[in-house]
Amino acid sequence: MSRIPLDPRTAPPFQAAAKALLGDAQLRKNVRHATDVIQNKRRKLVEEKQDWQLLRESARQIRAHALQHLDVYLDEFERNFTRAGGTVHWARDAAEAQRIVVGLVKESGSSEVIKIKSMTTEEVQLNNALEAAGIHAYETDLAELIIQLGEDQPSHIVVPALHKNRAQIREIFRRTMNLPDLGDKPADLADAARRFLREKFLRVKTAVSGANFLIAETGGICIVESEGNGRMCLTLPDTLISVVGIEKVIPRWQDLEPLIQLLPRSATGERMNPYNSLWSGVHPGDGPRAMHVVLLDNGRTNVLADSEGRETLQCIRCAACQNACPVYRQTGGHAYGSVYAGPIGAILTPQLMHMEHSQTLPYASSLCGACYEVCPVKINIPEVLIHLRNKVVEQNGWYTPESLAMKAVAAAFRSERRFRAAQRLGRIAESPLVKSEKQKFSIVGQKQTGNTGWIGWLPGLLGGWTDTRDLQAMPEETFRDWWEKRGKA
Amino acid sequence: MTTTREEILKRIRSAKGASSPEQAASAYAGIERGYQSSASLARKEILHLFEDRLHDYDANVYHAGASGVGEVVAGILSGRGVHRVLVPDGLPSEWQQGAEFVVDRGFSSAELDGFASVMTTATLGIAETGTIVLQTAPGQGRRAVTLVPDYHLCILPAGRVVETVVEAMRLLESTKNIPTTFFSGPSATADIEMTRIKGVHGPRFVDIVLVGEE
Repeated sequence: MSRIPLDPRTAPPFQAAAKALLGDAQLRKNVRHATDVIQNKRRKLVEEKQDWQLLRESARQIRAHALQHLDVYLDEFERNFTRAGGTVHWARDAAEAQRIVVGLVKESGSSEVIKIKSMTTEEVQLNNALEAAGIHAYETDLAELIIQLGEDQPSHIVVPALHKNRAQIREIFRRTMNLPDLGDKPADLADAARRFLREKFLRVKTAVSGANFLIAETGGICIVESEGNGRMCLTLPDTLISVVGIEKVIPRWQDLEPLIQLLPRSATGERMNPYNSLWSGVHPGDGPRAMHVVLLDNGRTNVLADSEGRETLQCIRCAACQNACPVYRQTGGHAYGSVYAGPIGAILTPQLMHMEHSQTLPYASSLCGACYEVCPVKINIPEVLIHLRNKVVEQNGWYTPESLAMKAVAAAFRSERRFRAAQRLGRIAESPLVKSEKQKFSIVGQKQTGNTGWIGWLPGLLGGWTDTRDLQAMPEETFRDWWEKRGKA
Repeated sequence: MTTTREEILKRIRSAKGASSPEQAASAYAGIERGYQSSASLARKEILHLFEDRLHDYDANVYHAGASGVGEVVAGILSGRGVHRVLVPDGLPSEWQQGAEFVVDRGFSSAELDGFASVMTTATLGIAETGTIVLQTAPGQGRRAVTLVPDYHLCILPAGRVVETVVEAMRLLESTKNIPTTFFSGPSATADIEMTRIKGVHGPRFVDIVLVGEE
């Protein structure tokens, strides 16, 4: 049941991947439907909270503060979690996290694990590493189960299988659970999953999770979910291993006040998650006997070092930005080539990759600002996108075709003689490409004005521009020419 | 040889400058918390809101006077055809009427799976979100007992219902190390075409009995 994970190091550029996905009408319909539903619920429940902006501001300050003092709070979390009977491990990168978890699972004496949906374990491609070590991982979140059984890839941070409709899910379950007579009502499908997983919950003795928050003050862990699969995993097994990004720590219990209000309303349009679990360490007679937290860096300290990109780490993974993003809503998540899709993925993934991979992601945005508006912790995603575009340009140096073209344009703009010559040349060069006004507008029936046309196709490298938009042709007479003629008249 | 721990902490400190617990504490005090923290509704309205929100999440709500809980419980259980109920240690015995009640003796997961119903009390109710807070405590038991059975009957004194999430978090502050579970209605998923389906892995049916108001 292994599958090829989304890997930013080998993923095609966003624009190429998106182009292919735009042809999948079913996927686009599924994504559009799901994001519409979530956005409408979210809007209603956010309007219900009179103090929404105050909650956002408080949460932003808490998250920024935690990052500013991250060394202090990680140290405090480690001390308190250890005192409560847990063990803390540290992982520099994905390979180290994989090694630690595989080692702990083997130590637990199990060759199977049950998993709560976790972005960090997707990020470090844990399932493949477990499989390679002969350990079978069962995803227990319904959407993650659909993805796993369908040998698919997650498409959304909160609702990973939103790109599949009920008929597609039914096919996957019929085939992999050997249920030829399975119905296609959502309740039938959920029931099949319940029966399939219950046996695993009761049998498998080791669980792997992520975490939504780590609380430094108590050495506490907070996991929010809706199905109860999370509670099963963190309550019934003997061993629980949680892989958590170092940025997830918050200072105090009190800080949950705004965070657990903002998260459910932003993520799925719920007033509260159906289940929130909060605990610290090991509790005799209640829950696992051994508890491990793997604190994961994997590029996060690199993001922290960039004062303009740092706010990316404030993210609480609600995915409101994904649902609001006009680009994501057209392509779904797979085009991003990363488990973090949508606007947050467009800024997080390239930074986690030290700006060496996913360089097209900062361009996968219209900079419309919808993501910033809905972000519960006020991450200014458009500003970070622009900052990262700058970094990409700087890194690519001055010898790309684009920068050479820009240099040529700059040279033309610096001299009146060269500028006028370029305008004349341009008019001659473009003439075979210009569509008439009639061609352009007769289809949509808009009013025809002026006599200038549009260019829908440019040759060679310039084609990158017209692939996604038309270019207005140059005017027949420039303002300068007109001004001079007017002076003479 | 430096350990991974030291190396990551070093990376953090060189990324943004080292910090000390004192610096962190003094900056922490400046965090703004302007959001609503206390109740804005009258007591009666809070209980109405709580009931409305519970209905929103497909939980049924019943009422009982302080001395009539056992009778109400017996009625609910007979209506549901329940004959055998798991209960945690410390649940008032006068509430246990109308069925066979079996006290949890640290049953294994498989044994818990043999129970279709569980009855507990709870620490708190939160009206604005329709949430009930369970803790590992007498009358509420360990986390697994309210998770594995398919039906959960929860008896909550109405005096333990607060209006806001913030009030609840402040009341829980003194017991913040105890395993704590918030639940809002039965287990649910919206993973299939965003259709909300009641009950996947946790209890699929939840009834609440609100016990007398002051």
